[in-house]
Amino acid sequence: MIATALFIFVGCSLWSVLYSFTSSKSLPRERFVGLKQYDRLFDSSRWMESMENIAIYGLCALVFSLGVGFLLAVAMDQKIRFENTFRTIFLYPFALSFIVTGLVWQWVLNADFGIQQVIRDIGFTTFEFNLLASREYSIYALVIAGLWQGTGFVMALMLAGLRSIDQEIWKASRVDGIPAWRTYLFIVIPMMRPVFITTLVIIASGIVKVYDLVVALTGGGPGISSEMPAKYVYDYMFGRANLGQALAASTVMLSTVLIILIPWAYLEFSEKKGDSHA
Amino acid sequence: MTLKNKLTALTVALTAALAGSVHATDLEVTHWWTSGGEAAAVKVFADQFNKGGDNWVDGAIAGSGGVARPIIISRILGGKPMGATQLNHGRQAEELVEEGLMLDLTELAEKEGWKDLVRPSSLIESCTLDGKIYCVPVNIHSFQWMWTSLDAYKKAGIDAPETWHDFVASAPKLREAGITPLAVGNQPWQTNGMFGVIQMGLGGIDLYRSAMVERNSDALRGEKMAEIWSAFSDARELDDPQNSVQNWNDATNQVITAKAGAQIMGDWAQGEFQVAGQTAGVEYDCLPGLGIVPALDTGGDAFYFPKQDDEEVTAAQMRMASMMMSKEAQVGFNLAKGSLPVRADVDLAAANGCMKKGLAILEDPNNIVPAGVQLWSADTDGQLNDLLVEFWNDSSMSAADAHDAWATIIEEAD
Repeated sequence: MIATALFIFVGCSLWSVLYSFTSSKSLPRERFVGLKQYDRLFDSSRWMESMENIAIYGLCALVFSLGVGFLLAVAMDQKIRFENTFRTIFLYPFALSFIVTGLVWQWVLNADFGIQQVIRDIGFTTFEFNLLASREYSIYALVIAGLWQGTGFVMALMLAGLRSIDQEIWKASRVDGIPAWRTYLFIVIPMMRPVFITTLVIIASGIVKVYDLVVALTGGGPGISSEMPAKYVYDYMFGRANLGQALAASTVMLSTVLIILIPWAYLEFSEKKGDSHA
Repeated sequence: MTLKNKLTALTVALTAALAGSVHATDLEVTHWWTSGGEAAAVKVFADQFNKGGDNWVDGAIAGSGGVARPIIISRILGGKPMGATQLNHGRQAEELVEEGLMLDLTELAEKEGWKDLVRPSSLIESCTLDGKIYCVPVNIHSFQWMWTSLDAYKKAGIDAPETWHDFVASAPKLREAGITPLAVGNQPWQTNGMFGVIQMGLGGIDLYRSAMVERNSDALRGEKMAEIWSAFSDARELDDPQNSVQNWNDATNQVITAKAGAQIMGDWAQGEFQVAGQTAGVEYDCLPGLGIVPALDTGGDAFYFPKQDDEEVTAAQMRMASMMMSKEAQVGFNLAKGSLPVRADVDLAAANGCMKKGLAILEDPNNIVPAGVQLWSADTDGQLNDLLVEFWNDSSMSAADAHDAWATIIEEAD
């Protein structure tokens, strides 16, 4: 089991890194060319645009899906009526694949019969909302569709976390006269730390691998304005038969993730050690 | 006839039938021809193949070549080869052939004399590696066409253009009539192809040859090429900035419905006009080489046969290859698809006006230029796609910058 895991996660990653230094076309070949693939990668305006886009998408997806997801969960937790119905409605988009999500939003954002046209028909004839045709804003079309799909799931995770908080804590805070928002902020949220970490990991892995949404919603366009790193890798690996270039790109993706992950894991780990000493 | 005789006859008949069915082999054929006209064309091949006693197992892959090619190539590399597969001839299968994954068709080709039959000879050359033939070219498609909507021009009250220059001059009038001058789909390959057509139309055959085929830096970076880039830069204004159409056939549809004045697209667009029931010269018109330079590239589709261990399958693959090159299959297939047949000795009386224009241009071998797929590897083609689609959509990118990046890609192409 451990051997299999090592082979898949470490072995295959190392293999990818190794072949990113070769000039492999559609088949892996050991013709080493040094850093040439990386030179080309960072010269490519499409790759730079992809990195910028994933930063925007990642930041928005992280902040909004955590924020909105948590607020929705809190709202659900107020012992409201029809909670089940609302929960189903909010969680429903998560049952759809990114491909379907992309197609749905392609219609919603379509300039001729989507939101823009509906609002123009109401009377605001100069209303402009054409994200899909705009170079600057097409990335936000991806953000909106991604949030629509994923926030419900974050809400469900958060709600589970809220429900696991002991009711005694609420009673105690009420006795002490602490307002509800402070209880959430200073007692409940710190207690929900494991839930937040799980959610963060799930959202983050979703961000890194975002591919199908781009293909279905914008195709990377207009121009190259909504390209993403995973799409770059796929295009070069399969469509353009340039394994070396694709693996160089995926190696950069891997190292970016590691750069964020290692300090965080280190902090987490050393903190626990401190706890056990105490 | 006695009972015994009857039985003998029956046995003989049965044996013969069984022997026949032993030869019937299933061959799975993968391709990405899924639109109406394309499906009709595939059916011609399938019927012809089944007539020979074998069985055509259709493996259509929806989406364009960009979607289908990776699937096809992964299957071959992954050791689950199909009986036969469509690819564009040229360099897409180069590495697969080098690795010995494709069936060598040289013997059959020599027996049937393909080298003398196929016109232009570049099609067979694209199938050849180290003197051996690995694919069957089945049709000729060329990109150098501009499709104009005569209805749109009637609406704007001006004469339809005869050349690209007329078209550019007529653009403001079209705009006044609320018509987008140029319909462009957002997929990168369309912009890249359109640039190739404009380059050929404005620069002429000689420049195209020295720049694109010989990769001569003087031609690539010369003044003439800079002029072409600046014309292409101006052409960005002809597109509708609010346009978010992706597929080429959606853009063609804008021309069919007279919402747009023209589209630069390969002759496969013709099938769309046919399906819409329009006639060349009545509702729409076609300008090969932008009406300036009568030259066509001869890209197209070819079938490759991945090597398999089973001898029965190999024999069936040979039968299929031979069928695809046969006169009946060539005529039926190409009439349905709107493409031109690869052999000159077939009768195409049923061809429409635009196809005849194309055939006339192909008569003179000097008018034939190699297509992008024949010149570039998928890698280089992809880089050109990225650059051109970025340029087309980003009006802040200057023609000079794009020109320089473009020349660099071609100079460094493998």
